[in-house]
Amino acid sequence: MLPVDPAVKLSFNRRITAGDLVIVYERHDSMKPVKVAADGVFQNRFGAFKHSDWIGRPFGSRVLSQKGGFVYLLAPTPELWTLVLSHRTQILYIADISFVVTFLELIPGSVVLESGTGSGSLTASLARAVSPNGRVFTFDFHEQRAASARSDFETCGLTDLVSVSVRDVQGEGFPEELTGRADSVFLDLPQPWL
Amino acid sequence: MSGENSEEYLSVNRNTRITWEGCSVLLDVNDGDRLVFSRLTGGSKIKIGNKNCSLQPLIGCPFGSTFQVEDGEDGPHLSRMTSSVEGGESVDAKNDHSPMEECRDNRAIVDNNTAQSLTGEDIDDMRRKGASGYEIVEALISNSATFEKKTAYSQEKYRIKKQKKYAPKVLLRRPFARSICEAYFKKHGERIGYLRVDTLSLLLSLANISPNSDVLVVDMLEGLITGAVAERLGGTGYVCNTYRGTTPYPVGIIRMFNFSDETCQRIVHCSLSELKAISTSANKFEDDRGSPQNGDVESPSAATSEESKGGGIKAGKKAPSEAINSWKENGFSSLIVAAPKCDAWDIVKELAPLISYSASFVVYHQYLQPLATCMHKLQTEKMAVGLQISEPWLREYQVLPSRSHPVMQMSSAGGYLLSGTRI
Repeated sequence: MLPVDPAVKLSFNRRITAGDLVIVYERHDSMKPVKVAADGVFQNRFGAFKHSDWIGRPFGSRVLSQKGGFVYLLAPTPELWTLVLSHRTQILYIADISFVVTFLELIPGSVVLESGTGSGSLTASLARAVSPNGRVFTFDFHEQRAASARSDFETCGLTDLVSVSVRDVQGEGFPEELTGRADSVFLDLPQPWL
Repeated sequence: MSGENSEEYLSVNRNTRITWEGCSVLLDVNDGDRLVFSRLTGGSKIKIGNKNCSLQPLIGCPFGSTFQVEDGEDGPHLSRMTSSVEGGESVDAKNDHSPMEECRDNRAIVDNNTAQSLTGEDIDDMRRKGASGYEIVEALISNSATFEKKTAYSQEKYRIKKQKKYAPKVLLRRPFARSICEAYFKKHGERIGYLRVDTLSLLLSLANISPNSDVLVVDMLEGLITGAVAERLGGTGYVCNTYRGTTPYPVGIIRMFNFSDETCQRIVHCSLSELKAISTSANKFEDDRGSPQNGDVESPSAATSEESKGGGIKAGKKAPSEAINSWKENGFSSLIVAAPKCDAWDIVKELAPLISYSASFVVYHQYLQPLATCMHKLQTEKMAVGLQISEPWLREYQVLPSRSHPVMQMSSAGGYLLSGTRI
């Protein structure tokens, strides 16, 4: 998702290939993330779209379904990701996320701790802010949601930047080995003063 | 520390938390009452009340330290405060007890200027005898006939008011996109087109500013946006300022950021005509050695300019031709337009073809109408999807026990953002 990976960086010359994550844009309030596969088909109310028609086209293209409806194929960004990800918990939206990133004074190379991970909406933006050589250490006390988050970050190509762990930070605090290493900390907990 | 050491600092410690000689700082006097940008050199000073204090003691201290004025043999100077020295101890002790029934009110208090029995001369006398600010405040309180009649909250407000006058504090803040924007918005809003800090942060997010991206910017806000973008790029990618005509817009605010050399190299400019030219022959423009000097927000005697630091790499050079060619071939990854005096659509229609397909763009304007027109045109010309106009809203709260409420004045105008994705 992030241009630090040169294969993914936006360009007039970039073409959609199998394995890419695209955001299918139907309307401004109706978008879906889709992983492109050579034999994949995307169905919606406008018809059936064969992924093979998408491969080789540039991002931003308007593509037609078999019955003539159309959608746009957009490149993923943390903002679009926040709008299309599956909600396992209530998420933060762009207005708050942008404020948090500015107030935490994050720059490339920073180390930031986050608890709880939730559905990973803020985490994606944190990863962008600290890439390419920073790190996001994020914690959630729910094992299944932590696993879902890990799999989402894999889909987005953020695994090098984000470390998801299962931990009850409100009860136990952050791990000892991170003491002194963090530039910023973000807490979204019921009782952060503990 | 010598000049050479500060050069090393700049290129190595981008995220350092300790000041160094020659660094740019933001001084916050009395909890935001007064904000001063300054540069820490041997000769720089700050005026507090009617005293001039040298900033020398601030060099080598961590950002976030507080200082108070102390009278020494050499005259007033700033000394670093640690928490044990804080005169506010008695205030904290009072806050510890659970809120009890407050039975006092102000019915018996008459405001006729007779309550305080210490005169101005008495206070000057105390100062000459070496009394600290804290002691003067205590003396004022004990000599006030109405102090005991006030409510506990009122007493606290009185104490804080006196402390601000007789024991002022200076907080050493790190200049960052956030603190610089807040300071300018408060003091010189018109110079940054009234771009409030939450609008700036939303702008950076919506434009998908990420390391290793090439960002095209039309920045008529004295470089605030250029600086904020460069901060997020962290020495990778490029932020290219473009302009109509032959002179780049001034970007004086960049100097406040304490950028490393690598980051400075990434801040470049290129005229619109050159970006749009089909042929990419050799540079016809001579190397422009940086932006025109702009006055600081407030720098009493900080006379240093970039040149005197020994010729370090400055920001704002003309873009190298390899970069220009690369942008023509690949397109820019993001576009930001902040031109309060120009028509948004005029600019966007010329610049949109320069950004890659599916790239994010954001247009900032102080007023809504130009953005509405621009949004409509982008829709009818089918140049973008996901178009959205946002109006960010920021309310500041005072947070104190039993006294948490919004601050009495709130900014209503932080500007509007039009964002979208190019197709």
